[in-house]
Amino acid sequence: MQRNFTRTLGMLALAAGLAAASSCTKDLNQTPDYSANAEVVYSDPAQIQQVLARLYATFAVSGQQGPAGQPDITGIDEGFSNYLRQYWQIQEVTTDEAVIGWADGSLPKLNTNQWDANNEFVRATYDRVFYEISLCNEFIRQTSDANLSKRGLASADANAVRTYRDEARVLRALCYWHAIDLFGGGPFATEADAVGTVPQYKKGSDMFTYVESELKAVDAAGLLLAPRAVYGRADKAVCWTLLTKLYLNAKVYTGTDHATDAVTYANKVLGAGYTLSPTYSWLFLADNGQSAAKNEIIFPINFDGIKTQTYGGMTYLVHAPAGGLVNLDSLGISSGWGGLRTKPALTSLFPGGAKGRSDARQGSFFTRGQKSSVDTLTLFTNGYLVLKYKNVTSTGGSGSDAKVNGGSGNFTDTDFPMFRLADVQLMYAEALLRGGTGGTAGTALDMVNAVRKRSGAAQLASVQLSDILDERGRELYWEGHRRTDLIRFGKYTTGYNWAFKGGTPTGKDIEAFRTIFPIPNTDRAVNSNLPQNPGY
Amino acid sequence: MKHPYLVKLRFLLLLVLGLTASLGAWAQAGTGTISGRVTDAKNEGLPGVTVLVDGTSIGGSTNADGTYTISGVPAGARTLVISFVGYSTTRQAVTVNAGQTTNVAAQSLAENATALGEAVVVGYGTQRRQDLTGAVEQISEKQFVKGQVTNPEQLVQGKVAGVQITTGGGAPGSNSQILIRGGSSLSASNQPLIIIDGVPVDNTGLAGASNPLSLINPNDIESITVLKDASSTAIYGVRASNGVILVTTKRGTQGDSFHVTASTNQSISTPVKYVDVLNADEFRALVNAKGSASQKASLGTSNTNWQKEIFRNAYTADNNVSISGAAGVVPYRISTGYLYQEGILKRNDLKRYTGALTLNPVLLNGNLRVNLNLKGSWIDNNFSDQGAVGAAVGYDPTQAVTSSEAKYAPFGGYFQFLDPSGNGQLNGLANLNPVALINQRRDRSTVKRSIGNLQLDYKIPFVPGLSANLNVGYDVQRGRGTLSAPITAAAFYNQRGVNNNYAQDLNNTLLEAYGRYERTFGAMKLEFLAGYSFQKFQNRNYIVNNNSADGTIFQQPVAPAYNGAFTTLNTNVLEGYYSRLNLNFSDRYLLTGTFRADGTSRFNPKHFGYFPSGAFAWRIKGEDFLKDNNAISDLKLRIGYGQTGQQDLGGDYYPYLANLGLSTLTAQYQLGNSFYQTLRSNQYNPNITWETTTTYNAGIDYGFFGGRLYGSVDVYRRDTKNLLYFTNIPALSGLSNAGNFNIGSLTNRGVEAIANVDLVKGERLNISVNLNGTYNHNEITKLTNSDSSNDIGQKVGGISGGVGNTVQVNSVGYTAQTFYLQQQVYGQDGKPLEGVYVDRNGNGTTGDDFYRNHAGRPNYILGGGANMTYRGFNLAFTLRANLGNYIYNNQRSQAFYDASSNGFVGNKNREVLNSGFTTAQYYSDYFLENGSFLRMQNATLGYNFGELVKKGTNLSVSFAVQNVFVITKYTGLDPEIVNFSTPPTQGIDQTIYPRPRTFTVGLNLGI
Repeated sequence: MQRNFTRTLGMLALAAGLAAASSCTKDLNQTPDYSANAEVVYSDPAQIQQVLARLYATFAVSGQQGPAGQPDITGIDEGFSNYLRQYWQIQEVTTDEAVIGWADGSLPKLNTNQWDANNEFVRATYDRVFYEISLCNEFIRQTSDANLSKRGLASADANAVRTYRDEARVLRALCYWHAIDLFGGGPFATEADAVGTVPQYKKGSDMFTYVESELKAVDAAGLLLAPRAVYGRADKAVCWTLLTKLYLNAKVYTGTDHATDAVTYANKVLGAGYTLSPTYSWLFLADNGQSAAKNEIIFPINFDGIKTQTYGGMTYLVHAPAGGLVNLDSLGISSGWGGLRTKPALTSLFPGGAKGRSDARQGSFFTRGQKSSVDTLTLFTNGYLVLKYKNVTSTGGSGSDAKVNGGSGNFTDTDFPMFRLADVQLMYAEALLRGGTGGTAGTALDMVNAVRKRSGAAQLASVQLSDILDERGRELYWEGHRRTDLIRFGKYTTGYNWAFKGGTPTGKDIEAFRTIFPIPNTDRAVNSNLPQNPGY
Repeated sequence: MKHPYLVKLRFLLLLVLGLTASLGAWAQAGTGTISGRVTDAKNEGLPGVTVLVDGTSIGGSTNADGTYTISGVPAGARTLVISFVGYSTTRQAVTVNAGQTTNVAAQSLAENATALGEAVVVGYGTQRRQDLTGAVEQISEKQFVKGQVTNPEQLVQGKVAGVQITTGGGAPGSNSQILIRGGSSLSASNQPLIIIDGVPVDNTGLAGASNPLSLINPNDIESITVLKDASSTAIYGVRASNGVILVTTKRGTQGDSFHVTASTNQSISTPVKYVDVLNADEFRALVNAKGSASQKASLGTSNTNWQKEIFRNAYTADNNVSISGAAGVVPYRISTGYLYQEGILKRNDLKRYTGALTLNPVLLNGNLRVNLNLKGSWIDNNFSDQGAVGAAVGYDPTQAVTSSEAKYAPFGGYFQFLDPSGNGQLNGLANLNPVALINQRRDRSTVKRSIGNLQLDYKIPFVPGLSANLNVGYDVQRGRGTLSAPITAAAFYNQRGVNNNYAQDLNNTLLEAYGRYERTFGAMKLEFLAGYSFQKFQNRNYIVNNNSADGTIFQQPVAPAYNGAFTTLNTNVLEGYYSRLNLNFSDRYLLTGTFRADGTSRFNPKHFGYFPSGAFAWRIKGEDFLKDNNAISDLKLRIGYGQTGQQDLGGDYYPYLANLGLSTLTAQYQLGNSFYQTLRSNQYNPNITWETTTTYNAGIDYGFFGGRLYGSVDVYRRDTKNLLYFTNIPALSGLSNAGNFNIGSLTNRGVEAIANVDLVKGERLNISVNLNGTYNHNEITKLTNSDSSNDIGQKVGGISGGVGNTVQVNSVGYTAQTFYLQQQVYGQDGKPLEGVYVDRNGNGTTGDDFYRNHAGRPNYILGGGANMTYRGFNLAFTLRANLGNYIYNNQRSQAFYDASSNGFVGNKNREVLNSGFTTAQYYSDYFLENGSFLRMQNATLGYNFGELVKKGTNLSVSFAVQNVFVITKYTGLDPEIVNFSTPPTQGIDQTIYPRPRTFTVGLNLGI
């Protein structure tokens, strides 16, 4: 009897266990009710466009919850490490154009050209660049022709998505160009490398070849939107401008001159119907996406005071130079951050320096309560201010989040002109002066004078290659080009110094290897395929 | 859709019913009845004593006068085992005759000095202390910390070896960090598993509650048991890596008469110390000497001590009433409590209403033990603005609190620094007026929690030794809060005030069932247990609008989540199968083996992990050569081994899942004329799996001099591998720059010792002393897969001052959160030279010369106390000490004269006069201080009037002081620092809500 019982019990227990197990094991499969799955998203053209928008948004915002929250990358303050903010900072603060006063972490080491492979700002720049490439790879992978047909998209929808995909390839090429320019190469992966694959290293010249072939292939496919079709999209002109930049700097990246190629692609952009903004300052105002300034902007990073909020990007560029005696209302914001100033090297490029007003481009300089020279990095009063970017409109209004419009006064509508016509005109002139064919010295001079004329600057009788660097300084200061330009002109490490270069108040030469940044140790520690750049 | 619980419950009920029915017919002839009485040394009847017929499950408990009757005892020679908590178990031989009642002579139980027979709560059951094979420590009510204790964990602070409990500060209901044996995780939670009356409770933070445990009334707690080694915790598998704390609440006693207990504690808390900042004259002198023109111009003419402006003496009342007894066969306890606790920060208070009901009848001839627990609590928090604590330290003492000047009218008449451009707006970079922060903010929450369970323990009749246990329970929490501030509040100036609500719901449900088989075979006792556990945690958050003070939506309304709802739900399901085998040979050789298979919804598709453990104990005292030795009253050796798991990644519920997340309306992107809410591919790790900790433990339990000195010594080593570590991802291999991976390993090694001494044991005077000490060394042994020499580790430990500055690092070969600083160089005069550091690697620059030294965690944790009674008087105190813990004094490191601030200057720590730094030197080890301390946690003097009112009643009064003194070399406010960042950090002193000194008068009446 007892044995029977034991058996019964055993059977019952087993049955209970199995029943419980089968019903509950299902409970172990939990998914969130609020997130999307790739199969659903990539079957719907509207949602695919939302993913595409995200690829653009990486440059502007820092996560999915503006102004901060659900960050894209971690290990550093979210707004601080925003793509545009970092890219701008590393291109400007390391040069003669800008100085930043904050003592956050190793930020001063950027100012003094003393960064090492543990510098968190170098790392943040690197992480943002490669983060965007990862997102683009995932998008390109998910929108492959095979996936599109598998998910049964209608042919018109599929064609629209193919255009998106080529835009993603342009954005990826843009980031790889940043990797070449800043890090001389780096890890490399495309849509062919699944998530989880530890990438191999590609040196800058090989990456150059890849970027060149990608852009040419996309251009040849012809799927990109026509220039100026939709503001903010990576259209054909963006592709050509990027090729121009790549070729203009090719000597630095590969040792081989591509001036003629630069002329070729600059010519395409020049023929695409862009016109210079009638007023220089409009390019940097809250309505630069609507006013006539829009016709000059080839590739903007778009911001909106209400809908695209961040503590990086334009919020940073408008707030960080504000402080002291600046009237905040004139900038359309409610507080200044008291960080960014400039060095005399920039203002002295203009007749009359910072206080002259013969050139409209001098209108951004603010001198009251500030002194010209930078004797102490952290003192905000040391150095004139550059109030180039403002959250007010060309017609005297203010941005959507300005106090007068019921907003917080924190966030700005101003778009960042990453590529614009004046830059292409100056690149065209420079490429010709560097021996490129496809134009004449006369057209080079015309291009430079066209840019100068807009701001009321005297027309030049002739133009030399060396004039170009200064003209780029005057026209494009604080727009994130300076470091690349100084390197291309051989003036970055030696032969030309500015305050605190190399860590001394008067400035000194720095090591030649500092034309590129180190591969951050954080990545080398987890990817043994990555060599360190020489010198670091 | 069928509810899975119903399905499971029905199945289990069927199982139990089926068993009962099939067995009911299986009757047995030839039984008799036994009756008798059990008394204490004074010959008074002892109620609630367990009387068992040895080798069977037949037995009962004594009623109010100590008598018992057991029927259905098989005829023949039997042995009765008579046991009761706190008394020595005795055995009595009887002969049972079929159909007759055998009267047993009265048995007197001796009080058990060493408490070896005490029933200790362990995982899924209780054990006699002498049968334990693992490292288990139980603290019962008598030993609890007295005085104003408002959170349960404070009852055992300093009482348990190997357990470090650090409160976040002095705010009412403040959170605590509980670290058992150093913490075995790095990114995953280091909190122990807390089980209240059989319900593993949700430790997820709840909106509106700083500490989820603060919802439990400590007055309802009878004992707290800490399971420390793997042989005792491994039965909880997945959640056991950081130890298990079992909380048992008070309950009624079988046959007990009706009791009422009422108590009240009335306390006054007072600030002990303020951060040492400059006074107005010193500050004025400093600014005039070093300041810029705009700074000098910003000085006021007042003399304000901002810290005194925001703190106060605070009043606390803690009232509790409980009734207990037995209504027929149903023992009950009903209690209610009301706590009103003021914080020493103005406008900060907490009201807590608690209620608890326990019913624990034994039915069906003692075969069915029912245990029903229901607890409910309701807390109204009034948080004040705790940012004012830091603001007061750094606010210009020359300014007045309020001003009648017109320019301050927009700020409610409070002084604020205005923009130097003269536009009448706030100076966006200056601190805000601390008093305004407090007075212009209403930050309240209401938090409700209910925990309950029904536990049925059924001795299956006619199968001696077999019982089935079913436990269904829940833990439900609701957090609701409001935050409002008027349009004049500077803190919400840009938003025109604030008027917001928030809400969060936590639902945790539990179903557990196990079977237990207990049998004696000659000299060997066997206990086997096998069970199943299912627990579901649901965390619902609400998406709410951000409003201005007038209730209008600020900027724009929120958008729903991807699914169109305005809530998001996260779910974590845990499912486990467990078993335990206990073997006891002659009460001398004890073997325990456990095994648990645990599944979690966090890992997919490989849900399950497997966690075995084994332990052996040799009770040497039971051997013939020691049996009669009085000098050695107890001696037991224990060794154990086991593996436990960790899956708690906090907010990351679905780390395995590839998904896309929708942006909010404030992170849209514009293309052409359209704005798009973007969809982002989120980082995921399809291979993520268990973190596993392997623990080795060896211990000795000792007792000398007839039990006058007793305790234990344990050594342990805990190796964690496959650490759930939030770490860097190789660029381009993932969808972020970091994520959760199973990388790295760490080790904790340590020694724990406990000693209890009965110094004086007499009729009138009794003095007992208890001491515990722990040495723990935590070391990271692996952090990356590459073992690259370039890896300095992961920088952690953010500080105030600058964005993203860190002072700690997780590096291989060092303790987690080791300080990573530059070595200061000092001048002839002993003063630090600004910006001059030791070039440790001799490369000519010092920018890269960071070095690792010391950690925020102590090497030694000591606790101790004494208890003296003389007639009705009682004097007790508890001391705690941490040794070898270092603190980065962030208050001091921010004390450099900053000439760059425009139109204002913040007040400074007095340090500014010592170092004279003019730029931030955040990375100087000059600011690293030894934080070792000795704290008298509490001291209590009480008098018990005894049966003053009438027989059977009791009246006592007490006077207690909390936080009596702290002895330390640390120059900051308090050397005990934890910051609840993710993960929590120790040893960085930013601003702490000061722990007050509290004086309490208590009255306790029992009828």
